[in-house]
Amino acid sequence: MNMLEPIPTITLSNGLQIKLKEIHTAPLISSWIWYRVGSRDEVSGRTGVSHWVEHLQFKGTERFPADELEKAVSRTGGIWNAFTYLDWTTYFETMPADKIGLALELEADRMLYSTHDPEEVESERTVIISERQGRENSPGFRLGEAVRNAAFRVHPYHHEIIGDLADLLSLTPDNLFQHYRTYYAPNNAVITVAGDFDTDAMLQRITDLYDRVPAGDDPPRINRPEPPQQGELRVTVEGQGETIIGNVVYHTPPASHPDFFPLLILDSILSGPQGLNMFGGGGISNKTSRLYRRMAEEEEVVVDVHGGLPATIDPYLYNLSFIIHPGSTSDAALQVLDQEIKRMQDAPPRQEEIQRATKQTRALFAYGGESITNQAFWLGFSEMFASYEWVTGYVENLEAVSPKDVQRVAQAYLKPQNRVVGFYYPHNKGNGTA
Amino acid sequence: MNRQGYSSLNPESLPGPHDISRTALKNGITLLVRPNINTLSVSIAGYLQAGSLYDPLKKLGLADFTTSTLMRGTKKQTFQEIYNSLESMGASLGTSCGAHTAGFGGKSLADDLNSLLEILADVLQEPVFPEAHIERVRSQLLTGLDIREQDTSEMASMGFDQITYAGHPYENPGDGFIETITAIKVEDLVNFHKTHYGPLEMVIVIVGAVDPDNALKLVEEKFEGWTNPKQPAVIQVPDAKRLEKTIRKHHTIDEKSQTDIVLGVVGPPRNAADFYPALLGNSILGQFGMMGRIGESVRKKAGLAYYAYSSLTSSIGPGSWSVSAGVDPKNVDLALELITEEIRTFVDGPVTSEELKDNQSNFIGKWPLTLESNGGVAGALLSIERHQLGLDYFKRYEEMVSAITPDQILKAARKYLDPDRLAISTAGS
Repeated sequence: MNMLEPIPTITLSNGLQIKLKEIHTAPLISSWIWYRVGSRDEVSGRTGVSHWVEHLQFKGTERFPADELEKAVSRTGGIWNAFTYLDWTTYFETMPADKIGLALELEADRMLYSTHDPEEVESERTVIISERQGRENSPGFRLGEAVRNAAFRVHPYHHEIIGDLADLLSLTPDNLFQHYRTYYAPNNAVITVAGDFDTDAMLQRITDLYDRVPAGDDPPRINRPEPPQQGELRVTVEGQGETIIGNVVYHTPPASHPDFFPLLILDSILSGPQGLNMFGGGGISNKTSRLYRRMAEEEEVVVDVHGGLPATIDPYLYNLSFIIHPGSTSDAALQVLDQEIKRMQDAPPRQEEIQRATKQTRALFAYGGESITNQAFWLGFSEMFASYEWVTGYVENLEAVSPKDVQRVAQAYLKPQNRVVGFYYPHNKGNGTA
Repeated sequence: MNRQGYSSLNPESLPGPHDISRTALKNGITLLVRPNINTLSVSIAGYLQAGSLYDPLKKLGLADFTTSTLMRGTKKQTFQEIYNSLESMGASLGTSCGAHTAGFGGKSLADDLNSLLEILADVLQEPVFPEAHIERVRSQLLTGLDIREQDTSEMASMGFDQITYAGHPYENPGDGFIETITAIKVEDLVNFHKTHYGPLEMVIVIVGAVDPDNALKLVEEKFEGWTNPKQPAVIQVPDAKRLEKTIRKHHTIDEKSQTDIVLGVVGPPRNAADFYPALLGNSILGQFGMMGRIGESVRKKAGLAYYAYSSLTSSIGPGSWSVSAGVDPKNVDLALELITEEIRTFVDGPVTSEELKDNQSNFIGKWPLTLESNGGVAGALLSIERHQLGLDYFKRYEEMVSAITPDQILKAARKYLDPDRLAISTAGS
């Protein structure tokens, strides 16, 4: 059973790209529309606008009023949702196969005709501020935000996707509508559909719905590359609680860069396997990863540690987060972390460690592939920063990484000058080594 | 747009007596297997009678501590060896602790099922609770409790249980308190395991690319010899008393941008005759579409909250029927007013036939999606076994849901929900 084969992209005359994958294991279809717009496309004063527009897409169109829409989707037992990310915004519906027509029609309609009623905009303002307040309750969010702010001075990856409170208070309905009209166009979108359908018939349905939608102007892009960092940066955040939290990030290249796969292996060896499963499939524990073993088990400087290397269009961050052991200190944890990074720089990992990382990835794909929603997600996700071949070649590219590649990228990227070190300190534990 | 009813379920494509093998082993274990040749993997799930209800009051969290340390080493394997085996084959295995039962779940590629079951059998039957690991896990649990203290949602939820279930075994948090976790000794874990871990009314579910006969053979090999004459009878919980009047409590956590609210009542147990009317009613009240009537009022109309929804737990004993929301601290009273008003309307008159039809359709339509993965099927089979719903549950499901009337929902709503007798718990600044 080979689940991941390259699939050709069909492009309509208005620039809309389409990728379809027939899977007949369940009477379900998952349909996604991806727009090439995210917080990467936002300037100061307009932060959070992409996410807010995403919320407004659920407020309906003249043809599909919001209430009707929600009911219509829920009535089928299907699920629908949307995500705004750094580089993209996506909307999906997974529904019984015989009901997917509704989703296809809805997406075509709201590409052009979202109502953007000023009253709805206002009521959503407080909802989004509430969403932000909920996240601010978490010390991890507050630390992560401060660390990212420090890591990006120039590039728009600087701000949180949800936006800064100042902008959430000041954005106007016009700002939102303009953003919507600029980026929501067929030439800035990809449709991916996986599930129980006939490819020719599905292509015809999509073509009938979108062929008449005119292409928009090429959307503008912000070109503000982040200059190289000039030395290690340190950030501290203080607040309530008893627990010190650590967040160390390193600037890393984009997903399309040849060093990205060696960095994925490095991450897997250091902090455990990640995989690309967004909709079930679960994960694999990281108890035998180098950092967990050393930091949580042998030295007991942390109680947990995790890593992540998001796939992005522009250079982003390799992220390590950890919770400091109540009997230890931030200094001690950082010291052990640095020893493990040095070890990776001093000697290449064993070939078996790489083989293990690839086996884990294969397994994660097998688990995640059981979900039609994951399958359709994979079809579109990698189109946002590379192409679907990035996913279909994922395991092969990991297998091609050599131990020396891993050592080389550890030396090149995991340097102190290239990182931000952040800690959250409870008020009563002071800022430092307590 | 199709405004008509729902897609009918195709009983042949859903799990049922035709493709679920259910076997009772001699020592009390029940095994359910459902093959799925469309996948490359297998999922396992199950439970045994060792949940937090068996905790002594001074050692709350003991059952949870025990599940957290089962995989820290056995007579045969060290912690590192266990995880090295699992992680090398890209498999996962985890344990958890509920009120009534301790649970386990995992998955692997199909070829590795034997190894996965081998590890499961080993960690359940022969854990050794090494002292150094116990202290390490204790630190993790205590850190978790420190983090819980700062979590408005968790603290509001805990406060809700304390009001709703005062004097009832469901009052206590399964993860205990700092002082009770600190008081637990290694021998407590050893004794808890010795007493409560055993095959009595244990359930194992296996779903995926597996032959049922082979699965049975593997489970028999690894589990049928397991006995525990000390294992006590399965615990029964009493009914919970309804409050006489509304009780409201606030837990202060400084410097929080948002306050969490949990309010509600004691609900029906899963096997109550009116559980399904209550469940459909709950969906109308605070689930359907964008969080039902409550979402409409609190999020959409008032713009007060990102989330505001209701939940009905599926519990062996008296569950809870509650509403949760996260709001700006200055809007707490307004949100409470709106939610209480929705509850009042809900018990004042029947749901409309359109609301009922929409929700019946949702309940019936969602199964293919829930059951598309092996893990999803395993979870459903576990619930069928836990609540004795019968292997023909999916065959009967559509008829059962379709037969529910607005009057039955109103009756259930009035039996459990009362806007003047609510437990209201808030946590935040």
